[in-house]
Amino acid sequence: MPVITYRDALGAAIREEMQRDDRVFLMGEEVAVYQGAYKVSKGFLQEFGEMRVVDTPITELGFAGVGVGAAMVGLRPVIEFMTWNFALLALDQVVNAAAKMLYMSGGQYKMPIVFRGPNGAALQLSAQHSQAWESWLSHIPGLKVIAPGTPYDAKGLLKSAIRDDNPVCVLEGEMLYNTKGEVPDEEYLIPLGKAELKREGEHCSIITHGKMVLVAMQCADQLAKEGINIDVVDLRTIRPMDVEAIGESVKKTNRAVVLEEGWEMCGVGAQVVDFIQRDCFDYLDAPVVRVHQADTPMPYAKGLEKAAKPDLPKAIAAVRKVMYLD
Amino acid sequence: MATKVFMEALSPTMEEGRLVKWLKNEGDAVKSGEALAEVETDKAIMELVARGDGVLRKRLINEGDSAPVGTLAGVIATADENIDALVAGAGSPAPAAGAPAPEKVVAGQQETAGASSVPRSGEEAQAEASTPPQQKVADIPPAISGGAPRTPAAPAGNAAPAKGDVRSSPLARRLASERGLDLNGVQGSGPNGRIIKRDIEAAAAAGAATPRAAAAAAPSAPVIPREGDFHDEPLSSIRKTIARRLGESIGPIPTFYLTAEFDLTRVMEMRKAMAELGDEFKVSVNDVLLKATAVALSQHPEVNAHWLGDKIRYHNRVHLGMAVATADGLIVPVIWDADRKRMSEISREAKELAKRARERKLKPEEFTGSTFSVSNLGMFGIDQFTAIINPPEAGILAIGTSEEKLVVVNGESVVRNRVRVTMSCDHRIIDGAVGAKFLQTLRRLIENPLMLVY
Repeated sequence: MPVITYRDALGAAIREEMQRDDRVFLMGEEVAVYQGAYKVSKGFLQEFGEMRVVDTPITELGFAGVGVGAAMVGLRPVIEFMTWNFALLALDQVVNAAAKMLYMSGGQYKMPIVFRGPNGAALQLSAQHSQAWESWLSHIPGLKVIAPGTPYDAKGLLKSAIRDDNPVCVLEGEMLYNTKGEVPDEEYLIPLGKAELKREGEHCSIITHGKMVLVAMQCADQLAKEGINIDVVDLRTIRPMDVEAIGESVKKTNRAVVLEEGWEMCGVGAQVVDFIQRDCFDYLDAPVVRVHQADTPMPYAKGLEKAAKPDLPKAIAAVRKVMYLD
Repeated sequence: MATKVFMEALSPTMEEGRLVKWLKNEGDAVKSGEALAEVETDKAIMELVARGDGVLRKRLINEGDSAPVGTLAGVIATADENIDALVAGAGSPAPAAGAPAPEKVVAGQQETAGASSVPRSGEEAQAEASTPPQQKVADIPPAISGGAPRTPAAPAGNAAPAKGDVRSSPLARRLASERGLDLNGVQGSGPNGRIIKRDIEAAAAAGAATPRAAAAAAPSAPVIPREGDFHDEPLSSIRKTIARRLGESIGPIPTFYLTAEFDLTRVMEMRKAMAELGDEFKVSVNDVLLKATAVALSQHPEVNAHWLGDKIRYHNRVHLGMAVATADGLIVPVIWDADRKRMSEISREAKELAKRARERKLKPEEFTGSTFSVSNLGMFGIDQFTAIINPPEAGILAIGTSEEKLVVVNGESVVRNRVRVTMSCDHRIIDGAVGAKFLQTLRRLIENPLMLVY
């Protein structure tokens, strides 16, 4: 099976969908002439032309709104944000227009739009540009939110997102774009709302998504050397969340760590823990432990940034804690 | 450090208790486990014991007064400790008053069975009864406790919890409940002594949880019901239909009655022969009937059963309840493993239980956990009667008076000693023929009491 980057997997997904359906188009800052800020749309302008690969001014609210209008009249826009940190400006269109159109129009307008871009921290981009927004977006009824952690998932999920008739927010990662993985040549789709058990173990579950999937896998590798076998549940879709998959894993292992990139307060992990206590109360042998970013704006200083981010040592410490090993 | 004395739930159903008598005066030194007062529950007079060492500084309930479970009854503290704040809070029940114990230490079976008429083992009842309603550091204002931890300077890691404060994970509680383990006998290996899955597995592997080291270890030490002591059978559809249809017909327990008259000639011969050997070998007709019933039950587990709502529990052990009339009303003490006890043991135990029942001195474990019951009104000259089933049991045997009667044997009128027994059967569990077969066995045993030694 070919091994490609996460970046190319995303590009392949959009390309295939644009080839398959001429209502699909890509719009955003630097997507056309510059070939994409992160080169996801490399070669798109040459292949599809400027009607379907549209450069915009630095106006997130504006082009998000244009996308919403296009979706209302039957097109299937893919809106690229250079980062979700910039998309804050567009949130009114995402939350108040896209998420609610089907509902408020009494079903008259579908909203087949994809908002995508890198989410969370990269390296030393400081407080304003290092934020993970999944809990904000997942809070909103009407939105779907996906956070693929591997090239295979990125392609399969993005293709499903483009074919979905509802607004889907795709949370990618600058630190993920260069990661590589096996992606088949033949077409495949990954259904939204389905988690994947990325690794099987009987001692403890790590429930995670997006960038932290890699950390969870490394954590599982490392702990396996000590004889601790981890069930790694990759949510893949945060909203709607695959509660069954979480329950199945926790009922098996009786212990859980929830690992996420964002802050603790009202985070995705808080929701996961709520599902666990509701569905798995009688199966818990220890309180659930969460791993997340420190409750502070992301520091710029390299050492402080590292200290604030969730990482492998923190994940391992959390598993050890939940296993009562410390 | 001050210890609060609460009105505790000293019986499984106790909601309030009457303080009969204080056994300690204010100013007396007391040790943990020592009796402080006598409390009359809804069933018996029980001892309220100290949960800490010190001096009984204050008695907050007057002798003769009743108080709901959870009410502050007194304060144990060091001689010079300021207890004003504690005493000021007296008079009202503790926050969780009424509940038998806020932190239920026993993995009860109520939840799984979903019925109020769940069988309780003596151990369960006892554990519940002797759990202080609430005795945590958090209850004691900092001014009194000085912020010091309740347990003396123990390492933060796996410090043993305060006595009576058993911590356990939800999973451990569920597993303990499924395996019939009493958490009080399990050593916790988690943080702060929390009992977790591996502890339950270790305890199960070791055979059983060590019996709870409670202040009052029962002399007859009833054993916690474990897997193997019974087996549960899901209701078949025909059993479900019988239960529903007949339940609609009469009350929640569709009862029917089977009456039989047994010949006591050989029982009388046997008693006479035994008595001739000496007074110490005297047994009553009732003792023989109890023994015979227990043996018959061991041969008919289909009758030795409990109705649990969604399933029937067939017991492999026979714990025979015997109805005893007391001045306050009926109570049913239990002879544990009656089928395995010799007639002399049954005779002695029956007498002892009846005596203590009348004195209201029965411990909770002595009147809970029966698998089948017997009621005897023979001494009142009642020929025959029907007894009410003691739920969740499947049946009860009502024994009438034994007397000489004219009966026809081989075409001739002869005088024989006879007794009439009537079995009340829960039709949801027992069908007519099943009950009849049990009485057949019982007849064989009573009319040929030598079979009891077979």
